[in-house]
Amino acid sequence: MADVLLRNVVKRYGAYQAVHGINLEIPDTKFVALVGPSGCGKTTTLRMIAGLEDVSAGEIRIGGRVVNDVAPKNRDIAMVFQSYALYPHMTVFQNMSFGLRMRGMSKADIRKSVEDAARVLDIYDLLGRRPKELSGGQKQRAAMGRAMVRNPKVFLFDEPLSNLDAKLRVQMRTEIKRVHQQVKTTTIYVTHDQIEAMTLADYVVVMNRGRIEQVGTPHELYHAPKTRFVAGFMGSPAMNFISCTIERNASALSIRLIDGAVFPVPESRLQRYEPLAGKSLIFGLRPEHITEARSSDRENYSEFDTMLDVVEPMGTEAMVFFRLGDTVVSGRVDTGVSVPEAGAKIRLAANMTHMHLIDPETDQVL
Amino acid sequence: MAVIDETDWTPPPPSLRRYLPTLRRLIGLLLLIVLTAMFLLPIVWMLMMSFQAGEKMFQLRTEWIPTVWHFENYPNALSRAPFAQYFLNSGIVSVVVMITNVVFCTLAGYGLAKFRFPGSSVLLLLILSTMMLPLEVTLVPTFLVVHKFDWINTYQGIVAPLLIDAFGIFLMRQSMISIPKDFIEAARIDGAGELRILLQIILPQCLPALSVLAIFSFRDSWDQFLWPLTVVSVDELRTFPLGLVQFGEDYGNPPTEQMVIAVLATIPVFLLFAILQRSVNKGFGLSGLK
Repeated sequence: MADVLLRNVVKRYGAYQAVHGINLEIPDTKFVALVGPSGCGKTTTLRMIAGLEDVSAGEIRIGGRVVNDVAPKNRDIAMVFQSYALYPHMTVFQNMSFGLRMRGMSKADIRKSVEDAARVLDIYDLLGRRPKELSGGQKQRAAMGRAMVRNPKVFLFDEPLSNLDAKLRVQMRTEIKRVHQQVKTTTIYVTHDQIEAMTLADYVVVMNRGRIEQVGTPHELYHAPKTRFVAGFMGSPAMNFISCTIERNASALSIRLIDGAVFPVPESRLQRYEPLAGKSLIFGLRPEHITEARSSDRENYSEFDTMLDVVEPMGTEAMVFFRLGDTVVSGRVDTGVSVPEAGAKIRLAANMTHMHLIDPETDQVL
Repeated sequence: MAVIDETDWTPPPPSLRRYLPTLRRLIGLLLLIVLTAMFLLPIVWMLMMSFQAGEKMFQLRTEWIPTVWHFENYPNALSRAPFAQYFLNSGIVSVVVMITNVVFCTLAGYGLAKFRFPGSSVLLLLILSTMMLPLEVTLVPTFLVVHKFDWINTYQGIVAPLLIDAFGIFLMRQSMISIPKDFIEAARIDGAGELRILLQIILPQCLPALSVLAIFSFRDSWDQFLWPLTVVSVDELRTFPLGLVQFGEDYGNPPTEQMVIAVLATIPVFLLFAILQRSVNKGFGLSGLK
């Protein structure tokens, strides 16, 4: 096991810069997810750590050792590829043992290591099969097994679940988490799926356009995003963003939205937002904080009437979509009594204690 | 809205469209049978003539099944010239050419398919452009080079220009280019070197193309006539095709015995094809040649 350190790491492809001097410290035994949209540089970063891409500038350390010029095989890492990359002409046993044979391990030790890993991953009965005879989930396990038997310092995962169907993805997610809890190897996991990142990782690194937007625990990123990008990227459905102005009235502050609706700023935020009075900003609130009006806890909720555009029932809840000016806003309502219908007038309530204000010029959360 | 009761539903009557796939298959099969017959006919004719009496070959009405089987044509034909030596010469040349083609084309194809280096596209174009030049164009320059090496009337002289072939490089490159680079990267992380990656990861996935390359290079060098004719003038180094032509030109040799030699000439290629048939069929599909 080892920590991983990235210092001012840059990746250039000719004139195009894919990664812009990122700094990141991944502590030993932790599970870290690199998350971001396509082309944000997360896979490039992972491949640089693996040694599959040269580092244009900066330094990568694994276990304190600078590995910039170290060949992938000598970095003591193991990688699970998006395509699994199981050698098609070899059986699962041969696939899992290939790396061990390259390291000159004895046949008896190889057999023991492979069989142990196969038992952990519940693929012992599949050791004699070739990859084409395996289902997606079994291939995924075999690929993980190949990485596990090496007992590396660092596990690297490159979007390993993206080829699986939704149900299997959830299953394998749990499996990966269980394996990590068992082996406690430092893990770097690349995904574009923020739910995958949040559910699996101890720390999540959100990347955008080759830069790190924010690093934190899933809870921090969800509840205290530092930028509009992070606020919008984490959480599904995405956070609502509505243009607004801050108004001062007597001793209180209120937020006037583009359609003219006015919501009071909760007391806990008054001091923080005081200097922003009079400014045009962006108001951010997650859909789960816009719910049906309830009689209790009126203090923190601001109620308003609206007409529903679209309703998406999801069982115990329903997503509701309505308009504020030109902006489509989403909310989440309880369907315990009845499911609201599109076109219906409804009274909703916004939980203002979870509100965010974003500077439209810097995109920073204030 | 209501649920439809299935008993209310009657299936539409079967239309001609239902039989179209079967009809299409039948026409395709018929076409294949006709083509196979066309390709097989000369071979069957050659085989049957090799068992006929000499004068029967030029009869207007072909006697497909010999009334008298002349098995003695075979020992007679073989006794008229040192065909065992020609056969051995052709065998040596063809096996060497096949092995070198498999080795060199694989290495070159791997380099062109999986490594990006400045000028790789131009290099590929240059290699492919050699396919545009027929042997007749390069015959004299090649002869001069071989002569410079003092390789006239030697095995290396016959083999040298055939050691590597642009088609083989292209075939192997195309076969390897479709293999995802993830395999190579996974093997690199697993600790394999480049040669091991090529031999243990890439080549097992290219066996069909490799078999096609082996059989093509063997067949091409086995059938090679013009180049051995140019570079060989002594009887001990004559290859089988040269011996066959010589046999035909020699006055008094029965034409049916020529067919004997022709039949024998096809055997090694048939055998190689039979051994590699399964892989070859896959390979034809891969290379778009089928």
